[in-house]
This record gives sequence, structure tokens and C-alpha cells, in this order.
Amino acid sequence: MTLQFLADGLVMGAMTGLGAIGLTLTYSILRFANFTHGDLISWGAYFTLVLATLIGAALTHDLQPLGPFSFGWPVVVAGVLAMLLTGLLALLLDYVLFGRLRRRGNAIVMVIASFGASLALRSLLEFMFTSEPTYFSRELQIAFPVGAGIRITPDQLCMLGLAGVLVVAMHLLLTRSHIGRAMRAVSENPALARVVGIDVAAVIRTTWLIGGALACAAGVMLGLTVQIRPYMGFDLLLPLFAAAILGGIGSVPGAIAGGLIVGIAESAGVQLIGANYRAAIAFLLLIAVLLVKPTGLFGVRD
Amino acid sequence: MTDAEILAADRLVAGYEPDVPIIRGVSIVVHRGEIVVILGPNGAGKSTLIKAIAGLVPVTAGRIRLAGQDITSVPAHRIVHQGLAFVPQTDNVFTAMTVDENLELSGHILPQARRRRQIEAMCDLFPDLAAQRRSAAGRLSGGQRQMLAIARGLMIEPVVLMLDEPSAGLSPKLVQSCFAKLAEIRQSGVTILLVEQNARAALAIGDRAYVLADGQNRHEAAAEALASDPTVARLYLGGMAAAPQGEANP
Repeated sequence: MTLQFLADGLVMGAMTGLGAIGLTLTYSILRFANFTHGDLISWGAYFTLVLATLIGAALTHDLQPLGPFSFGWPVVVAGVLAMLLTGLLALLLDYVLFGRLRRRGNAIVMVIASFGASLALRSLLEFMFTSEPTYFSRELQIAFPVGAGIRITPDQLCMLGLAGVLVVAMHLLLTRSHIGRAMRAVSENPALARVVGIDVAAVIRTTWLIGGALACAAGVMLGLTVQIRPYMGFDLLLPLFAAAILGGIGSVPGAIAGGLIVGIAESAGVQLIGANYRAAIAFLLLIAVLLVKPTGLFGVRD
Repeated sequence: MTDAEILAADRLVAGYEPDVPIIRGVSIVVHRGEIVVILGPNGAGKSTLIKAIAGLVPVTAGRIRLAGQDITSVPAHRIVHQGLAFVPQTDNVFTAMTVDENLELSGHILPQARRRRQIEAMCDLFPDLAAQRRSAAGRLSGGQRQMLAIARGLMIEPVVLMLDEPSAGLSPKLVQSCFAKLAEIRQSGVTILLVEQNARAALAIGDRAYVLADGQNRHEAAAEALASDPTVARLYLGGMAAAPQGEANP
């Protein structure tokens, strides 16, 4: 057994963690399990693909990839724009669907509605882009050795760095800024949040924007290191839930830790047991943690 | 004394469901600098009344005025900006946040310099909290938690502070110090509207009291007069006069 699973698991885990942050925030603030989160990941990747293609088409000269990476600057610019677009898509979903159901106050109906919306979002992508996988770039990446028999590609390293930056930014936002504290307040006690003068509707809008943007970032990372296809996010949904619950619902450090644990455990499992059991590993871990600490690793409440 | 009116509810009808009003035409007036106590048996609608004033329970008829302005049906998070602070009975602090974060968040409507000053003022007023500023509120004792909840309310430099049963769940000794604190807060110029089950302790610091029953006004009197009226005590305060040391729970 080589230690390569560590590098692969870390990259996969960072993406899972980023996706799980958005999921854990919407779960704790809006109080329902949002199944469309996986599809926001896919939509984020396709938004980026379309925008990067448009930027590429508008250029008159040939594009070179950035430094050692497989992608050029249009993907970077498109990714940033797509984060905004995906956030707006999440807001739109809330406006036309979840907001209306929330007023009736039935969490089960919202979960089922999100399942339906997830199906519709996914089918729309298949309709527009077919179910054929596609790529941001067809450049080949050479993995370079980093010691202990582990090899990593420049893209993977970049994704790890990006995930780290986003996680630190999220942590600072939640602990240092007013809107972050307001989000934590609404997640713990919406009635008291109103009493201290917090506009709960504004907090919900911010949560969708941030959740959508982080889902998009995870989608771009997944697209760059694996491939882009309409099911990419939906297939990640169960590991996302595993990571969010493992880390403790509502906890950003918990989501990222949960993501890394799930990612590394899956990679190790693929190497030790076989790829067929990949999906089962996240759940075995989840069950084990929930038996020992039902609130999750970083959870403070149930 | 209407010129000194600071908070008033006028024939208020309110309830969680539009067709099932819990408050059925209640009128109260609070004057500047007063401590007004709302008493009444369980289910009288005391809590619903102050929640309706705070904007947390829908009002279907009647008006609420704060400092001469109509605040009927203004959303709860906007009412705070007008200087009305509310301390709920339970779940009244953010347990996952530190003492400092609770105060900081509650004072977010103040400019930073005033907010800082107000946090220091709260630490002077509640020395127990000053020693625990970086502890999570969930780790505080019941009494300290209640002090934090009151400090949280005071963070906005309120015109009126409304409290829903601040003595609930506190030991007799803590009830004493809690009410002593409220009297001290009134001295600093804050008007207080208080819902209480512990009628004896509340009337001891209050100026006037309203007795509610079945969602309606039943009685209004100066606190002293009410405390010494055996009929009222027996009918509406759960036999308070007969049980001098006891809690006023029916």
C-alpha cells in the first residue's frame, strides 16, 4: 500500500468539505436538508464552463494555460462570476420555491420539494449539455513527487490552496463580521435573533448566496480535477451529508474536517477494499461517529 | 399623566392564529421611569401581551405606541431600533456564543464607540459577567445566564425594557438579587415593563400593576395597594397574601 491515497483523499476531501460548508449552513439556518445543493455544485461547474468558453471565443489570440496549471485565466474569471451566478440561482430557488413553503412551516415538505427541484435542475443540465462528460481543459498534467511516494498534480495543489483560503475566509466571516454572527444567531435561535434586531430574511438571503457560491467553487474544483457532468454534484450529495453531519451540523470547521475525513477514508478504502465499496465507507464512518458522539465532531447541539 | 406616557397598548387584540385571539382588548399605559408589573393567573395572556408589543405575536386589532410613535405591526427586528428591548423568559441568550459575542451582537444597532462603552457599562453593572466574558453563554449558571439576558436587553440603551418572568427558575436568593438589579436599572433611567408570576417580589419594586385574566384587563392599581388587597390576591395572584414566603404559582 502506498501513501498516495492521502493526497487523493485530501483533494477529494477539500472539495467535499467546501460543498459541505454550504450544506451545513443552509441546514442549520433554514432547517431543512437541501437536496438541490449537489445540483448547485453541477450548475456552478457548467456556469463556469459556459462563461470560460464565451471568454475564450471572444479572444482573438490563442490562450496559454496559466503557469504549470491545466487552465487559463478565463476559467479563473469565469469561476468568480459563476460563484455569483450560482448564489443568485440559489436565491431564485428560494424565491420561487423554498420561501413559499417556509411560510407554511413544514420541513418535510421542503425536503421533498428540494428533491423534486434537484431532479429538475439535473434534467435541465442533461437537456442543455447532454450527459456526456466534458472538461475545462484537455491539457495533460504531470504529477510531481512530494516525498513518501506521494505524487500530486499542480492543479490538485492549487485546489487545496483555494479550498484552504475559502475555509479561512468563511471562518473569519462567521466569527468576526456582523453578518456572520447574525447567521450563527439565526441558526441557534431565530426568535431571539429577531428580538436583538436581526433581519432574519436578510440572513437567509445571505446564506443562500454564500452556500451557492461555495457549491460553485466545489463544482469548479471537481470539474478541474475529475470531469464535468450533470450528475457530478448529485453523486457527491451523500458524501456531503456525511461530512456535514460528521462534523456537526452548523459548524464550518466541522464540515471541512468531516469532508477531509470522508475524502481520505474513501481513498484509503478504494485502495484497501476496492472501488465498489467507496460509497459505503462514508456511511460506515458516519454511523460510527454518530454512535459515539451524536452531535458530530464539532457539534454543540442536536 | 398622559404627557409622560412612554409605552401604551390600546384595546389590543393579538394571538398566534388570527381567529383565536389570546389577548382580547387589553389596554395598558407605562409612564416614563416607571416599573409596571403585569400579573395574572397562568393562561391570562401576560406573555402574549408583551410578545405582541415586541412584534413577535401578530396583532389583529388595537394600537401600540412607543414614545408617541405607532409601532403596531412593525416587525420585531425594526422595533428594537426604536428603543424597545425584550428579554424572553427562556432561551434568552445565544448559548453557543461567548458573553462578549452576545453583548456585541445585541448592541449591533449602536455605533461602535457607543457599543464598546455600553459593553463596559454592562460589565460594571454585572461583575459576575465581567469575569466570564470569553466563556460560552451555555456554560454560565442559571442566575448568570439571566443577568446576561438582561444585559443583552440593555445593550441597545433602551427606552423601555420588557422582561418576561425574569425570576422563573431562579432560587429565592437569586430572585432577590435579580429584582434588586432591576430596581437599580430603573434608577439609571430605564422604564421597565415586567411580566411576573412571583407577584410579591415584583410588587415590591413595582410602581403600578395590571392584573390580566382570560386575555382581558381585570384590575389596575398602585403596586402597594395591590399587594395589600386580600381579595385581589386571592382571586388573581394565587393566594399571595395568604402565603407570604411562597411563590405566587397557583
